[in-house]
Amino acid sequence: MPAANIQVSETPLVLYALRRADDALVLGHRLSEWCGHAPMMEEDMALSNIALDLIGQARELYTYAAKAEGKGNDEDKLAYLRDVRQYRNLLLVEQPNGDFAQTLVRQFFYSAFADLYWRAMMTSRDATLAAIAAKSEKESAYHLRHASEWIIRLGDGTDESRQRAQAAIDHLWAFTGEMFAADEGERALIHAGIAVDPGTLRGRWMTTLSEVVGEATLHLPQGDWMQQGGRSGRHSEHLGHLLSELQSMQRTFPGQTW
Amino acid sequence: MYTQALNTAEADDRGLEDAGRAAQFQARIDAEERIEPNDWMPAAYRKTLTRQISQHAHSEIVGMLPEGNWITRAPSLRRKAALLAKVQDECGHGLYLYAAAETLGTSREELVDAMLAGKAKYSSIFNYPTLTWADIGTIGWLVDGAAIMNQIPLCRCSYGPYARAMIRVCKEESFHQRQGYEIMLTLCRGSDEQKAMAQDALDRWWWPVLMMFGPPDATSQHSDTSTKWKIKRFSNDELRQKFVDATVPQAQYLGLAIPDPGMTRDKEGHWRYSDIDWTEFKQVLAGNGPCNRDRMAARRKSHDEGAWVREAAAAYAAKRAQRQTAQAAE
Ligand SMILES: [Fe+2]
Ligand SMILES: [Fe+2]
Ligand SMILES: [Fe+2]
Repeated sequence: MPAANIQVSETPLVLYALRRADDALVLGHRLSEWCGHAPMMEEDMALSNIALDLIGQARELYTYAAKAEGKGNDEDKLAYLRDVRQYRNLLLVEQPNGDFAQTLVRQFFYSAFADLYWRAMMTSRDATLAAIAAKSEKESAYHLRHASEWIIRLGDGTDESRQRAQAAIDHLWAFTGEMFAADEGERALIHAGIAVDPGTLRGRWMTTLSEVVGEATLHLPQGDWMQQGGRSGRHSEHLGHLLSELQSMQRTFPGQTW
Repeated sequence: MYTQALNTAEADDRGLEDAGRAAQFQARIDAEERIEPNDWMPAAYRKTLTRQISQHAHSEIVGMLPEGNWITRAPSLRRKAALLAKVQDECGHGLYLYAAAETLGTSREELVDAMLAGKAKYSSIFNYPTLTWADIGTIGWLVDGAAIMNQIPLCRCSYGPYARAMIRVCKEESFHQRQGYEIMLTLCRGSDEQKAMAQDALDRWWWPVLMMFGPPDATSQHSDTSTKWKIKRFSNDELRQKFVDATVPQAQYLGLAIPDPGMTRDKEGHWRYSDIDWTEFKQVLAGNGPCNRDRMAARRKSHDEGAWVREAAAAYAAKRAQRQTAQAAE
């Protein structure tokens, strides 16, 4: 087997699973970069836990996408043999770790969304997606609690930590809009009761954010310009570097079993 | 433990201690009783254990770096998750061990500071680089394997908190060892290129792993106090031999050659290895291993860059406590 990119037949259902899988893998990978380098050992443990949950979610979703596609792909081919233009994750999750504040704000924005999203997906008419959602919802509830506690600590901690937390919020805000968008293929799945309409979650997401950010004595930006593109493979420059590291073994030693 | 090699004879400062209590203490040890944090103990016992347990803790934490080096490049999602979980376990070991050391009266912060200042040691095995994926298999198989050999007797160490930490840690280390061996088995059953990668890793790690057991008995200045206090139950050479005897058949099963052409099997069935290059060991201990500087720099960088986070957490906790007190007073 060559190390070239695989081609994926992106039916709406395959694409739907792939997008969520890519979100989970890319964010899990980012968090795993902290392992051994966190500000305290307790956070090496916590960030690794969250990374493990996300990588676990990604594996289930890739396996489901591969099955739905039915072309002989599997979790590893989907993860390791698609290039940056074929990845379908949100721009938010590929943003670099930055400092601890940036990592935790990224996690907070995503987990506040994911928690609502998975909870809604538990009632999907697709039994596999409903089962994945039930497990992921429990995990994301913990991820959200962990991130929220840190936002509050950082915001209401020292002057430096407040500044860093606010800077991270300001920097990452423009990547949040993409979470609530759905294209036509996804709309059809929403109507069929398979997928979740992310647009309906925005109000509750804002409520969570306002509560936590308020308690943290921070504020949300006024700007409403939002970056888009991740869902169709128009990524930031960061993702290519992440993938070149993630995929290096599979690309260097094509077709081998590890 | 990864630390045994580093123990040196303890200065005999027990002269000041009440001879009667010391005799009673020794009688308890001889009767295989566990010493607990609030029990009376000789100052030298406390000092020896604080050093040994904290060195072990530092080793777990520094040991996250060479393996962490491959988390982002693991060749499959299953391997990525398993490696991340393994490195996370090592961090957990560090945490239990610091907690065990703290029961002897020195705080984790002080212990970590001593390591960052270069005043405390960690196992020299982590001063070697992980160059290929096979190094991850080899570390699990051999480094965790050697750690288990050292740690199983420590499950019966006279100091209760250390012994209990070791029981918990040993279970996870043996899981790591099996996982590492399984990586090697997959490589050795794979392509020629993969098998060569496995052999190359074994060639690089074999001798440093043998050095993990510490200097030979003939030259080591091991305190007999450690033995008398039932902290140490086997000599360096005894443990090294056990390890070699257990490992040679495993290498044979993999189809890998131990990089020691002079190795022979004696009449009792022990595998007799050639002389170890102790100059290399001394150089690595002295700070001149291939990665000593990188490892220390990485730990210091995380510590320094994380300072503002720890300060924020402390400031927030203090504000919260203050608000709660104010509320209670209303
Ligand atoms: Fe250990
Ligand atoms: Fe360990
Ligand atoms: Fe281990």
